[in-house]
Amino acid sequence: MQRLYSIFWLGLKEVMSLRRDWVMMALLVWSFTLAPVMEATGVANSVNNASIAFADEDHSHLSRSLAAAFFPPEFQDVVHIEPGTGAAAMDAGYFLFVVAVPPGFEKDVRAGRAPEIQVSIDATAMEQAGIGANYIVNILSAEIHRFAIGSDLATAPPVELVIRSAFNPNRDTVRFAGIVALIGQIMWLTTILTGAAMIREREHGTIEHLLAMPLSPFDIALAKIWANAAVVLIASALSLALVMQGLLGITIAGSAALFLLGTALFLFTATALGVFLATLAQSMAQFALLVMLVILPMLMLSGGETPVEGQPDWLQVGTLILPSRHYMSASQAIVFKGAGFETVWPEFLWMTTLGGALLAMSLMLFRRSVAQET
Amino acid sequence: MSIAPDAPAIRLKDVSHQYRKHTALDARSLDIPNGQLVGFIGPDGVGKSTLLSLITGAKKLQSGSIEVLGGPIDNAAHRRRICTQIAFMPQGLGRNLYAELSVRENLEFFSRLFGQGKEERDARIASLLSATGLAPFTDRLMGKLSGGMKQKLGLCCALIHDPVLLVLDEPTTGVDPVSRRQFWALIDAIRSGTPGLTVLVSTAYMDEAEQFDRIVAMDAGQILYHGTPAELKGKSDDLETAYRRLREKEAPQVSPNPAPAHSFDTEPIITARGLTRRFGDFVAVDSVDFSIHRGEIFGFLGSNGCGKSTTMKMLTGLLPISEGEASLLGRPVESRNRKLRREIGYMSQAFSLYGELTVLQNLQLHARIFAIPDKDTRIEAFIERFGLDAHRHTLAATLPLGIKQRLSLAVAVIHQPRVLILDEPTSGVDPEARDAFWDLLVELSRGDGVTILVSTHFMGEAERCDRVSFMHAGRVLAENTPDALMAQEDAGSLEEAFIAILERADPPTPVTAPDVPVSAKRTGMGGVGRALAYARRETVEVLRDRVRLAFAFLGSALLMLVFCYGITLDIEELEFAVLDLSQGPESRAYVSEIEGSRYFQPTTRLNSASEGAARLTHGDASLVVELPPDFGRKLRTGERTEVLAIVDGAIPFKGETVEGYVAGLHQTFLNSLARENGIEQPEIARIEPRFRYNQSFESIAAMAPAMPAILLIMLPAVLMAVSVAREKELGSVTNFYVTPTTRLEFLIGKQIPYIAIAFANFLLLAVMTVVIFGVPLKGNPVPLAIGALLYVWATTSYGLLIATMTSSQVSATFATAIASVVPTIQFSGLLQPVSTLEGGAQTIGSLWPSSYFLHLNVGTFTKGLSWEALGPDILALACFGPVLTAAATLLLRGQET
Repeated sequence: MQRLYSIFWLGLKEVMSLRRDWVMMALLVWSFTLAPVMEATGVANSVNNASIAFADEDHSHLSRSLAAAFFPPEFQDVVHIEPGTGAAAMDAGYFLFVVAVPPGFEKDVRAGRAPEIQVSIDATAMEQAGIGANYIVNILSAEIHRFAIGSDLATAPPVELVIRSAFNPNRDTVRFAGIVALIGQIMWLTTILTGAAMIREREHGTIEHLLAMPLSPFDIALAKIWANAAVVLIASALSLALVMQGLLGITIAGSAALFLLGTALFLFTATALGVFLATLAQSMAQFALLVMLVILPMLMLSGGETPVEGQPDWLQVGTLILPSRHYMSASQAIVFKGAGFETVWPEFLWMTTLGGALLAMSLMLFRRSVAQET
Repeated sequence: MSIAPDAPAIRLKDVSHQYRKHTALDARSLDIPNGQLVGFIGPDGVGKSTLLSLITGAKKLQSGSIEVLGGPIDNAAHRRRICTQIAFMPQGLGRNLYAELSVRENLEFFSRLFGQGKEERDARIASLLSATGLAPFTDRLMGKLSGGMKQKLGLCCALIHDPVLLVLDEPTTGVDPVSRRQFWALIDAIRSGTPGLTVLVSTAYMDEAEQFDRIVAMDAGQILYHGTPAELKGKSDDLETAYRRLREKEAPQVSPNPAPAHSFDTEPIITARGLTRRFGDFVAVDSVDFSIHRGEIFGFLGSNGCGKSTTMKMLTGLLPISEGEASLLGRPVESRNRKLRREIGYMSQAFSLYGELTVLQNLQLHARIFAIPDKDTRIEAFIERFGLDAHRHTLAATLPLGIKQRLSLAVAVIHQPRVLILDEPTSGVDPEARDAFWDLLVELSRGDGVTILVSTHFMGEAERCDRVSFMHAGRVLAENTPDALMAQEDAGSLEEAFIAILERADPPTPVTAPDVPVSAKRTGMGGVGRALAYARRETVEVLRDRVRLAFAFLGSALLMLVFCYGITLDIEELEFAVLDLSQGPESRAYVSEIEGSRYFQPTTRLNSASEGAARLTHGDASLVVELPPDFGRKLRTGERTEVLAIVDGAIPFKGETVEGYVAGLHQTFLNSLARENGIEQPEIARIEPRFRYNQSFESIAAMAPAMPAILLIMLPAVLMAVSVAREKELGSVTNFYVTPTTRLEFLIGKQIPYIAIAFANFLLLAVMTVVIFGVPLKGNPVPLAIGALLYVWATTSYGLLIATMTSSQVSATFATAIASVVPTIQFSGLLQPVSTLEGGAQTIGSLWPSSYFLHLNVGTFTKGLSWEALGPDILALACFGPVLTAAATLLLRGQET
């Protein structure tokens, strides 16, 4: 009982210290306000404002209507270029797509000669290129088809494909990017806060002071963990309510409380990671470098930036041990799909197990490092 | 330089210096003549260091005027002219030295800064090392030297260029008495060998001041006295008393300790037998024995690193005991014994309370951890007793040093321990505060019967202990009451006794004045030589710092692997589900069309629409296809029908990709259906998508060449910024302030190794791109290499620029990481091509070096572009490096503020 009481007060001290550390406070505020907003609104995942050029050698009614089918926000206004200049313009990176309409195109269509339109795609622009190519082919076919039906050249297909986009009918990217950004910030900040608090205690010599009192390394680490986890949890809740829902207008399909419960479970992992890295690092600067090398891969492979299905098979198995992946997956299910506890409990179980294991390991290491310190 | 021989070396008028609102220095006037040894005396925080830094030009003058060696120090031209004649050894042992460099490498670095040729350098170093007795340790790393040796090395580095003015800030703090004595002998020898050398030295030890030619006594930023020690001393017994009188404080009332309430030999409270502690091969404490009795004040006396702190930490249980045994209150000391710790109060060397908490909060925190029942009354009583009432709500960090020590003591005894262990509790505290502190200790010992174990390097404090133990190099050399020790050595003071014992145990190496060769030939390399000296030193340091080295090389390789494997956009073998309400051959054909593709995995059939929805929610399916009951019938009769595809759109990118797959497979189904039915649906027009540069459209081919653009800005910029911030944080930046090094030389010199490291990284990433990710290099490697070199010049310069604006390594790391990664991801075309950015974003993108390098690297690897196509990128990249370096040069401060 006395032990819990000590841990509680030591943790409260942590919060009071944090309040006066303006660098960390600034980082905290930035991480939960501006950073996720920038990330959410900055990068569009789908085709957005893509640059497109037409090399139109036909100058027919049909070719003009093809060019007119591309408009903002998906595409920039179509630029007409001289035939033959497309390759150079693409080399210089001016256009992602160049559509070449051959001379006599409309005439050939009418004559049933099946002429060919060439669409050049800059395949080095991965996301935009792949989806954009589909878009363009679909838009062009639809336009040509409409022309063909209008000219009685074709009939409608026997089976129509109706595509419905579940959970996100409007293909809204802000919501997805916003939540992923928030999760990323939670991960970064928790690890940095906990680790920095640990190292500060060591660099200021106060850790010795604590250890000379009736406190164990376990108590000290636990105090840091609960305090920093609590700070981040509150900040996340505020960010979710004010920034995500308020400012960005993101809707949470499921229960916000369940999301925060998942966050709380995940925070054990992140704080444990902070303690772990702080134990490894000799100085604050080394810690900062280590954090970057560890957190960045954990985030990149969590399935937030790109789908887990895109990873090679061996890596997909490997990333199962990343708590960030389970957190990301549970969060997406709750926030986007409205999943309840009955759906996400396996992920919660994963997080608890992995977080618990990491916590136990880092506490053990921490105790050993304290014992060996000079 | 021709200065009239009688002109003062330093003339100071109305100099004041502020840190925020706090006035650290307010000196009206001071003239220091040439060729004298001048001591600046006073406790910590009276402005000595500030004054000395201003005189050397390490700190920027805020107001007033200081003339040094015949000209104003705030005149940049004069400062540059005379800085070859000044040597400055800042406060803190070895603070301006480099811990990762050996003794010789440190000296070589300083020698190069002053443009000395190899011959001269070798001669000077040899002479300095033998004169100071450091010669046997030439190849030892500076970080592994003892305090006394660090101090000697610092002096050697200061003397390497024959200064006319030597400024030493607290050179003897924390050094044992023998080393101190040797140090002064060395200074004397140097002065007699170099007539006209002016030496300014600050010290907190009043006893050292007697030997100075002149004394400047300071208090609260003001100069109280300037003259000879004899004048100051006047009728007083010693300088300390005279100094106190200057401060208008009462003479100390050091009354002899009252007799203890109990006789000492009744009850041994702390005993140690054969106590030993090893750190690897190093024996920090070597079989130490002692026995301390109830109510006794037992003192450990010795220099830094002699094993005092380690012994105390073993007694508190902070450090495990390697050998031997120790017991406290009759119980053996174990590191995990909580009960025992309630009986101990511990106060460590540095102020180790929470500076960000108030006095009251600190007391409350400790009272709570010890679960003191009558917490509030106890705290009030302690605030009263330790005179903390006026500071109750002050943040501990902002307290004057003396009050901090009282608070530390109050915190250490709040739980009324029976044993108090104090590790150098009074270092840096002014004499009055020290007396008051000792009065409290005596009261605790005599009044409350607390057993006190205290370490110190002040002889005056040792004299107040009941018994003293002299420690040196981990061993106890002697132990007895102060009087008995003096009698035993037949010495007039405790210090003399200590020195006699020390010299017997460890005979000192004799010191002489260095015999410096006069025929000096300068290399004439000037600025280039200095920049190269920095480059050489930085290279050695990075190569010896394993974490930074690993970060530099493994970091980029690791992140390259993670990014390339993690951000592949080729999604295949997705899970999907089918609700086939038609159950006919037609619907089965439709489903097998999907199953047969490489995009989707074979699947089981669903029974209801709600089941499909659950699958999607669970993430077990990315696509649910619903075929209507009349699918087969309508298809057979030629009626129009439809298929519903529900795509998981939660991840927008994935959703769109899946949509594209389904649409394509649907078309294939229609075509094969038409063929089967013999209906030749005439093709109206063909749309031929051609993926340029990457025909198979594998994301790795696009990703691998794109990644170096971000990795080669993030890692080099962070490493660069850390390296500059590190110098600021550790204090070695002073060498740049006070040597002839210009800002540009400093920055370029530090930058060269990082450009090399970053370029090596570029080569590493290029090899990985080809070998691991199998992306062939289609273009000409020459323009690519040139562009890469220019790019890493630009990115390291960017790190320099950010480092000039940050002060700590941590803020430099995070600020640089954020400031390099965010614009690169958002504006360089990494995720979104520059041509698709809008207005302002596109402008930023065009002003960001990564945009050009991205185009260059991707262009060379996958597009096989030629010189003409890459020329504009190379030209653009060539502009960033010089501009950013110039900006960093302008923003870098040449002096401390």
